[in-house]
Amino acid sequence: MTRDQGIDSMSENSCCGPAAAPTPPAASCCGPATESAAPAASCCGPAAEPAASAASCCCGPAKATREPEKAAGTSACCGASPRRADYTYGPAPYVIGEVQTPAGPVPRLSTELTRSDRLGAWQMRWGIGRDDYRVRPGLYAIGDPDAKSPVLVTANYKLTVDALRSALAGLDAWVLVVDTVGINVWCAAGKGTFSAEEVARVVEASRLSEVVEHHRLVLPQLAAPGVAAHRVKEACGFRVVYGPIRAADIPRFLDAGMKVDAEMRTVSFDFGERLVLAPAELNYLWDRRLLLAYAGVIAASGIDRDGISLRRGLRRGLPVIGAAGLAVLAGGGITPLLLPWLPGRAFSLKGATAGAGVALATDAVLRGRLTPAARLTLLAGVPALASYVAMNFTGSSTITSPSGVQQEMRRALPLQMTGAAVAVGGWLASRLGR
Amino acid sequence: MPQLRYIEDPITLELNASLCNGCGLCLDVCPRACFAMEAKRARIVDRGTCLECGACALNCRPGAITVEAGVGCAAAIIKGWITGSEPSCDCG
Repeated sequence: MTRDQGIDSMSENSCCGPAAAPTPPAASCCGPATESAAPAASCCGPAAEPAASAASCCCGPAKATREPEKAAGTSACCGASPRRADYTYGPAPYVIGEVQTPAGPVPRLSTELTRSDRLGAWQMRWGIGRDDYRVRPGLYAIGDPDAKSPVLVTANYKLTVDALRSALAGLDAWVLVVDTVGINVWCAAGKGTFSAEEVARVVEASRLSEVVEHHRLVLPQLAAPGVAAHRVKEACGFRVVYGPIRAADIPRFLDAGMKVDAEMRTVSFDFGERLVLAPAELNYLWDRRLLLAYAGVIAASGIDRDGISLRRGLRRGLPVIGAAGLAVLAGGGITPLLLPWLPGRAFSLKGATAGAGVALATDAVLRGRLTPAARLTLLAGVPALASYVAMNFTGSSTITSPSGVQQEMRRALPLQMTGAAVAVGGWLASRLGR
Repeated sequence: MPQLRYIEDPITLELNASLCNGCGLCLDVCPRACFAMEAKRARIVDRGTCLECGACALNCRPGAITVEAGVGCAAAIIKGWITGSEPSCDCG
């Protein structure tokens, strides 16, 4: 039922940082916090956990993973302590030069996105290599910041850092990148990897108190499910100000004297935001379990009393596979895009509606060419699978609560299974009929 | 465009106003504008839109807010049901 790890990293654009990390934290992070001279004392190379996408995300915090020890587990250290000579920042194409500070040189981030940044973003949206798209944690400069400049804290998913640095063009600020093992802000907060402890750790490791004279950190608002502001203060002496949700609002936030208006405070989920998430949903098309099912359908279609024939298998099997493709398109493409206009609150209902629409349209196009049994397969199977795929889009949305998702799942899963059973029955009947 | 709202009935957000110290941090961290200040106390003005992300409860020092925070993600919940553990997305 659940998507396995490999599939997840592709199709689940949404959710969430590494839980009780499937791959142990060994590779992620490290570095002696206090004794390090250079700001990015932290990290070694990237670990292998899959990442999530920037804007999307779901996932509130799972209580279990919010425990400090768990958070520490994922951000804690690898064995070898890097020597100062190891603290090179490069080669990172988005780093342009250095700024000298009392705590040593700090790399300066470019505020321009290049073609390779855009190519990387496109890859992430299609789920290619999303498990390893990260920026080295530590302190960075934007422009020519001084001791009074604001400190903006963010996650180390590169899409996240790209969104932030490109929003800061023309400003002078410090950017403190914490180690969220390559997961976006909201999901990492939900997982507990973006935590008060991790923020304090990077503040100490980067010797931030020697770089700035104020004791104020601007955190993205969506870090709040993982960060208790008072715990940051207790742990490192810096006071947390929750900034806007979207990086693009930061210049306005800073201009207004670090004031956030109501619009900056609320998450949106508009057409464009849903559009960028849809491609990752379509990864269901090559979900390993579906591929296995395709192979099974072709094999079963090719065997009858006349013997075994691949040609017959393809002729009879491909329409079934085509129907599955239509269902994924309906549940993972049409449903996200038409979310506000599809009926009901439950994503499963919206998906079933989109699936039914696609199935009926297909039936109309093929009128007369389908047997009654094949029509049954189409009209029951496509809405059922589309409903299931759409239900999984809850994880990518910014409007669902766990209580609500559980309620809709309890109602929808039996219906989806019934629809699937009817579809399989119809397919078997159409096989026997030949 | 119709406003996007999700299933509202089972939302678990609760606020005990007598414990509220009026700091207003819940208004700052809530991404769905569930809270408002009234006579120096926070008040829930829109429980139905809550995502149960848990930001308010975690940042409420006096502990006036409770919510069963978790992941609003079907894949995670299915996994939780199967493994008997806390739902957690293992997309990451």
